[in-house]
Amino acid sequence: MSALLEVRSLGKRFGGFTALEGIELKVAPGERVGLIGPNGSGKSTLVNCICGALRNESGAVVFAGEDVTRLAAHQRTRRGMARSFQVPRPFASMSVLENLLVPIEYASKGGDEEAMAILKDIGLAAKAGLPSGGLTQVEMRKLELARAMAAKPKLLISDEAMAGLAPAEVDEVLPILFRLNEAGITIIMIEHIMHAVMRFSQRVVCLDAGRIICEGTPGEVVKNADVQRAYLGA
Amino acid sequence: MRNRTFTALVFVSAFALIGATLLVKNEFYFQAAYTVLQFVVLATAWNILGGYTGYVNFGTAAFFAIGAYSTVVLYNAFKAPLPLSILAGTIVAGLAGLGVGYLTLRLRGVFFAIATLALSVVLYTFVVNWDYVGGARGAYVLAPREVPFGFSRYTHLLYAAMVLMAATALAVARAVETSKLGRGLAAIRDDELAAEASGVPTLRLKLVSTTLSGALMGMAGTTFPCYLSFVEPSSAFSLNYAVNSIAMPLIGGMMSWLGPLIGALLLGIVQQVVQVSVRSEWNLLIVGALLVVFVTLAPNGIMGWVSAWRRKRI
Repeated sequence: MSALLEVRSLGKRFGGFTALEGIELKVAPGERVGLIGPNGSGKSTLVNCICGALRNESGAVVFAGEDVTRLAAHQRTRRGMARSFQVPRPFASMSVLENLLVPIEYASKGGDEEAMAILKDIGLAAKAGLPSGGLTQVEMRKLELARAMAAKPKLLISDEAMAGLAPAEVDEVLPILFRLNEAGITIIMIEHIMHAVMRFSQRVVCLDAGRIICEGTPGEVVKNADVQRAYLGA
Repeated sequence: MRNRTFTALVFVSAFALIGATLLVKNEFYFQAAYTVLQFVVLATAWNILGGYTGYVNFGTAAFFAIGAYSTVVLYNAFKAPLPLSILAGTIVAGLAGLGVGYLTLRLRGVFFAIATLALSVVLYTFVVNWDYVGGARGAYVLAPREVPFGFSRYTHLLYAAMVLMAATALAVARAVETSKLGRGLAAIRDDELAAEASGVPTLRLKLVSTTLSGALMGMAGTTFPCYLSFVEPSSAFSLNYAVNSIAMPLIGGMMSWLGPLIGALLLGIVQQVVQVSVRSEWNLLIVGALLVVFVTLAPNGIMGWVSAWRRKRI
C-alpha cells in the first residue's frame, strides 16, 4: 500500500543553524506513529514543515500522492492534514462551538451539527456555549484535538497534546486518540511522556539534532544505544 | 436579522435623514451632521481591519486624503461630477488598501501600525510636492453653479452623500461581520497560525479586509474638498482622523458594527457641541480624556460593558 505521508530528504535551516537534515519518513494509512527526541531535536520544526507553517529549503513533502511542498498551510489542511498545537491556541473571542465552526466552514464544509457531534465525542458538549478562553488546561487540549478533528483530516498530527497534564488527565486524552485512529485516521504523535508514546505507537521515530537516529517498534527504540545516548548523555 | 433586511432598514433610515433637508432650516445642523457622519464612516471602516481582523491602522488620514485628492485630480482634469469622484476615490483608496494588505505578510502588531503611520507621512510629503493638486498651497474645488439632484443647497447635497456613505459603510461592516468572512477574520485576530491550520486562507482574507477598510476610508474623504471648497495637505492628512477613527471604535466597542457607530455618534456630537460652546482646540483633549476613562473602566467599550452587564442580570 502506498504511503499517506512521505517526507523526502527534508532539510530546514534557520540562518546558519541546521534544524533538520535529510529527514526521510513514510507513514502508511491508518498507522500510529510516535515521534520522540530530546528538547531542541527538531520535532516541532518537522511538524511545522509537514503542515506548512514553515517552508523547508530542501526535500519534499508528499501527502496522499500529491506533492504539497509549495502549498500554504491552509491548503494542506483542506487536503486532510490537521494538527493540534503544543501550547493550546484557542480562538479566545469565540465560544467552544464557534472554535470548531472555523475549520468546518473553511476546510471540511460541513454543518453546525457536526461540530456538536465532535464535542460530544470528545467530552466537551457541556461547554459548547462557553467562551473558549475560560477552559481548564485539559479542556483546552481537548479543544485543540476537537478543532483539528473538525477539519475532517486523514492525518492528525498531535503536537504534545498531553504535555503538562496529570496522569489521570493523560488517561482521558489517550483513549480519544485511540478512538480517532480506530475511525480510520492516521496519527503522528509527538510526545515527551514516554509511557504514553510507547503505549500508543505502533512505530516510533527518534530525532536528535535534526536527524532521525532510530526507527522501530517501541521496544526496539528504547533499547537502542543511540537513543539512550541522546536522552541520557554519553 | 438577515443582512438584506438590515441593509434595507439602514437605507430607509438614510433616506429619512436626507428628507430632513426639506424640514430643517438651520444650515449648521447639516454641517455638524456631515462631520459626525464622516466619522461614522471612518470609524466603521477602521473597525473592519482594526476590530474584526486585529490589525491596528494609524494611517486613516492617508486613505482619507487619497479619497480627497482623487476628487481634486478629477476636478482639475475635467470638473468631474460628484458621484464619479466618490466612486473613483473609493476605488483608488481600495487599491492602496490592497497594497497595505501585502505589508501584513511580514509585519504584525506594533510594526504594522508603525508602517501605516509611515505610509501617511510618505503620502503627505508626496502631495506637498505635487504641483498638479496644488502642493502645499492647496487647491480649490468649487461647487457647480447649479446644485444637482434637486437639492436646494450644495451643503444639503454633501450631507445627503455622506448619509448614504455612512449607510453603505454600516451595511458592508454588518455583512462582513455576520458572514463566513467575518468568522475567518475573527480567527485571524485571535490567532493567525491557528487560523491557517484550520484552513483559513489568512493572506487572502487580510487583503479583502485591508481593501474594504481602505476603500471606505477613502470614500469618506472624496467629498471633503467640496465641503470646504478648498483642501490643503495639512488638513486632509490631519492627525484628527487617525486619532478619532481609533478612539471611536475603542470607546463604542470593536466586536460589532454597532460599536463604532455608537462611539462615532457620541464622540462626534460631543466634539461638535464643544466646538460651538467652548472652543475647537478642546476637541483632542476631550477625545484623549474619554479614551483614558474607557480604557481603564470599560476596556471592551460601551458594547462590551453592556453585554457584561446583561450577563450579570441573567
